[in-house]
Amino acid sequence: MSHLKSLTLAAALLAAATGAFAQAKEQFFPLLAYRTGAYAPNGTPWANGKQDYLKMINARDGGVNGVKLTFEECETGYATDKGVECYERLKNRPGVTLFEPQATGITFALTDKVPTDKIPLLTVGYGLAASQDGNVFKWNFPLMGSYWTAADMLIQQIGKKEGGLDKLKGKKIALVYHDSPFGKEPIPLLEERAKMHGFELSKIPVTAPGVEQKSAWLQVRQARPDYVLLWGWGIMNSTALKEAQATGYPREKMYGVWWAGAEPDVKDVGEGAKGYNALNLNNSGTSSKVIQDILKLVHDKSQGTGPRDEVGTVLYTRGVIIQMLGVEAVRRAQERFGKGKVMTGEQVRWGLENLALDQKKLDSLGFTGVMRPISTSCQDHMGSTWARVHTWDGSKWSFTSDWLQADEQIIKPMVKTAADKYAGEKKLTRRTPEDCQS
Amino acid sequence: MLYRENGQFKASYRADQQIFPILQDRVAIGLLLVLVFVVIPLVASPYLLTAILIPFVILSLAALGLNILVGYCGQISLGHGAFMAVGAYAAYNCHARIEGMPLIASLLIGGLASTVVGVLFGIPSLRIKGLYLAVATLAAQFFVDWACLRLPWVTNGSSSGSVSVAGLNVLGLPVESPAQRYLFALLVLALFALLAKNLVRGAIGREWMAIRDMDVAAAVIGIRPVYAKLTAFAVSSFIVGVAGGLWGFVHLGSWEPAAFNIDRSFQLLFMIIIGGLGSIMGSFFGAAFIVVLPIVLDGLPYWCGIPIDTATAAHLTFMIFGALIVFFLIVEPHGIARLWSTAKEKLRLWPFPH
Amino acid sequence: MAFFLETLFGGLMVGMLYSLIALGFVLIYKASGVFNFAQGAMVLFAAMAMARFSEWIPKWLGFDNKVLANVLAFGVALLAMVCVAWVIERLVLRYLVNQEHITLLMATLGITYFLEGFGQTLFGSAIYKIDVGLPKDPVFILENTFAGGVLINKEDLYAAAIAAVLVALLALFFQKTATGRALRAVADDHQAAQSIGIPLGRIWIIVWSVAGFVALVAGVIWGSKLGVQFTLSLVALKALPVVILGGLTSVPGAIIGGLIIGVGEKLSEIYIGPLFGGGIEIWFAYVLALLFLLVRPQGLFGEKIIDRV
Repeated sequence: MSHLKSLTLAAALLAAATGAFAQAKEQFFPLLAYRTGAYAPNGTPWANGKQDYLKMINARDGGVNGVKLTFEECETGYATDKGVECYERLKNRPGVTLFEPQATGITFALTDKVPTDKIPLLTVGYGLAASQDGNVFKWNFPLMGSYWTAADMLIQQIGKKEGGLDKLKGKKIALVYHDSPFGKEPIPLLEERAKMHGFELSKIPVTAPGVEQKSAWLQVRQARPDYVLLWGWGIMNSTALKEAQATGYPREKMYGVWWAGAEPDVKDVGEGAKGYNALNLNNSGTSSKVIQDILKLVHDKSQGTGPRDEVGTVLYTRGVIIQMLGVEAVRRAQERFGKGKVMTGEQVRWGLENLALDQKKLDSLGFTGVMRPISTSCQDHMGSTWARVHTWDGSKWSFTSDWLQADEQIIKPMVKTAADKYAGEKKLTRRTPEDCQS
Repeated sequence: MLYRENGQFKASYRADQQIFPILQDRVAIGLLLVLVFVVIPLVASPYLLTAILIPFVILSLAALGLNILVGYCGQISLGHGAFMAVGAYAAYNCHARIEGMPLIASLLIGGLASTVVGVLFGIPSLRIKGLYLAVATLAAQFFVDWACLRLPWVTNGSSSGSVSVAGLNVLGLPVESPAQRYLFALLVLALFALLAKNLVRGAIGREWMAIRDMDVAAAVIGIRPVYAKLTAFAVSSFIVGVAGGLWGFVHLGSWEPAAFNIDRSFQLLFMIIIGGLGSIMGSFFGAAFIVVLPIVLDGLPYWCGIPIDTATAAHLTFMIFGALIVFFLIVEPHGIARLWSTAKEKLRLWPFPH
Repeated sequence: MAFFLETLFGGLMVGMLYSLIALGFVLIYKASGVFNFAQGAMVLFAAMAMARFSEWIPKWLGFDNKVLANVLAFGVALLAMVCVAWVIERLVLRYLVNQEHITLLMATLGITYFLEGFGQTLFGSAIYKIDVGLPKDPVFILENTFAGGVLINKEDLYAAAIAAVLVALLALFFQKTATGRALRAVADDHQAAQSIGIPLGRIWIIVWSVAGFVALVAGVIWGSKLGVQFTLSLVALKALPVVILGGLTSVPGAIIGGLIIGVGEKLSEIYIGPLFGGGIEIWFAYVLALLFLLVRPQGLFGEKIIDRV
């Protein structure tokens, strides 16, 4: 009896999922998000930013050249198997554009699946560092940065603080990282830089989700490093800062990746996190035109996804930027494949590969002062390698450095080696120049 | 009326000892096998296969393994996710390090590795009982969690900590598409279910049940507790190890240690409690329930048109899960399997009341 | 040497905090024979209630005094925990009288899931702040003997002191009061206690409320240290080896067990951990408890397990 019951239920599922909602002229954005679990504090503003931007584009422009944007959120809880399940559920929707999993672990799992399903994978500022190489990773787009560029820029900043990269010789730098693909990703680059400049790198892993860090910070106290790089996410960040305070490690000597430098990480530590520095890919605040549009057209009409005072925060703005990149990819694809038509995954992929958002375009979109221009190509799926450092003063973030650019001299060869290794393992071949034009 | 044993006489001991002595049962099972092996791969959509049927098949195999230990032998284990992990990683190491290793061999070796680990962590069961044993099995869970994360040779030196497999094939036949993966997992499940059913019907199964019911009395009449408990751990871990290998290879394709964490262990335990402790059928019911329920709950807002935001839906899933478990434990402590067998008993008398 | 002392003190402090949570387990097991897996979820629920109400009460009643807000929030949270206890007794425990241990354990597991979902629905999933004025900065002692001094965390010291006071109060409660005796009678045998007239339902509500109070105190301290978020319930998993080591029915056992586990964990992580790649503290406590159980199956101070055939 139970077999029959589960079969009828499954049949109903099948009917509902594949039939009823196929309308013409709708571009569908599946939104993988996590609003529960240990990483929800950081995942929620990110997801809210993405949704609000889509709602704003529909309200302000009526979609992209008349094609309305639809979306559906799927809760992944930062778990890889749930992420894969969400992917499988949403990938066959008509008009599906791209997937942005908000998690490095899920990215690893989906990287194997997207070439078969022909849907691009957008991983802005996270994911596989090697996927910068578009010749091997046709369907991955780590726009605006990866963990190698982030680590590189942090070392540059520390070098600047010391008065030159050569002054790093003999210093100790500790990496306190989340023990997962996300946290382990920067290690190859840091080891490379350690070899180049002669500093000692100690790696202190923190078991996920990172709520128990007393031992890690006792080890930091034992090692007494000159600088600590924090590679955490979710509750690990604020716990790290609290433990740093409890063991008396100066927060001014701590530098976090751009996922460890947002309001949820420092708000409840408050004064205790004063002096903590972190990278930021984007500017925050409510003064830019796009944020003003969102407030006016979405929140003022009570359509806002999250609370109003969250609009303009660091992770919210990053979500807005990420969604903008997706929408602009659709627009660019429409320029080639037909304005006003619904784009397929392959066409959106071409759009992502041929983004050319210069300052003028960014201004017209309302992103003046929020981010730097970005332009991608067949070989370069990253498009921009700039970031800045901001510091928490106890109540707000403010920028304390110029724009830093990752050193491609070091990173490019590493990316090529890693991409070749991946291609060898998965038996892929590099793309041909003809393939680049498609 | 229809489901009676009238006129079915057994002429040999062998016939009397069949798993399905009633002809109607045999017909029903035959039809079911035709349905799952032939009809479903042809009609089911890829989503149905990958998101519901394949996890259901693999998790019912794992629940079967756990049921042998907890349901038939009475030893509580909260750490079975760890044995799945051992099976998966051992199979991965065979697959990745030895060129051209057949898939079935990898999975079986994964199961054997899991057996070794299972027996090792089962040794405390000779001294400890009940709740203390439950917490002791958590040691296995966390130890294996740590080993998969921190010992580089377990993941074959993967720098990111996650491993992936590709290009699976069995004797030349590819196991790539959802239908092929489903059939492969189903074959393994059918084989192991038969194996398990015959084990629990035999002498060893009776020894396990004697230990479960009253272990001191069992020892008094000559059943060796060491042998019974350790074989229960061994068989259980073997099955669960193979299930873990299937979960990683056939369902996920690429995984990290978090796929086999303590939530997975609790999930397996819930399956056998809801499905029915000490019942092979119960493992299937429980797995179906646990696999389908979250998907139904997640999709409910979409089909009913009620806009619930995903966070609330996820929290509701937790709440309904917890409430249902308590409900089942109060209303039917022996699980859905008991409801099923009661229904069958009633059906044998129908249309008469008694 | 100084660092060894720091690690030792750190371990002792963490051990005291684990014992706080273990106390809740022991209380409920002593009095109702149920191994309450939901203790972690109760700690989380209590901490969330405290954090959110200390935010909301000033807003609703329109005043600004932090101390008053905290006191009121504590009271409301305590009330919430008593309600939870009442609901659990009425809807769950009443129907599971004299069931096997595993059934009761699974029921509390179901309650865990329910409380986690319910708590987040009511109070949200972001990180919330509990600020009861515990000092956050470290203090350095023995600066004359060791260069740089030995670091002690002031917050941990206060927490240890609070835990000690709580333990003393609970020990008094169980030994000296009539209700305490009734609780111990119920723990021995539900049916026998009922037959001599002890009101089972009411006793269970009292016990679960006291456990809720302990959970609230533990939640406030842990929440003040780590911030209040869903992952706080995972800390309770660490308290399980403490309970096992100390014995399921002994309050002093929970304390001693906590100290042993805390010290063992930190020392092993710092000194043995690097040999194995680090991170061994997630399983060290459990393996320690496991090895201990092989020698003494009932824990340090637990009652000897007698099997009747």
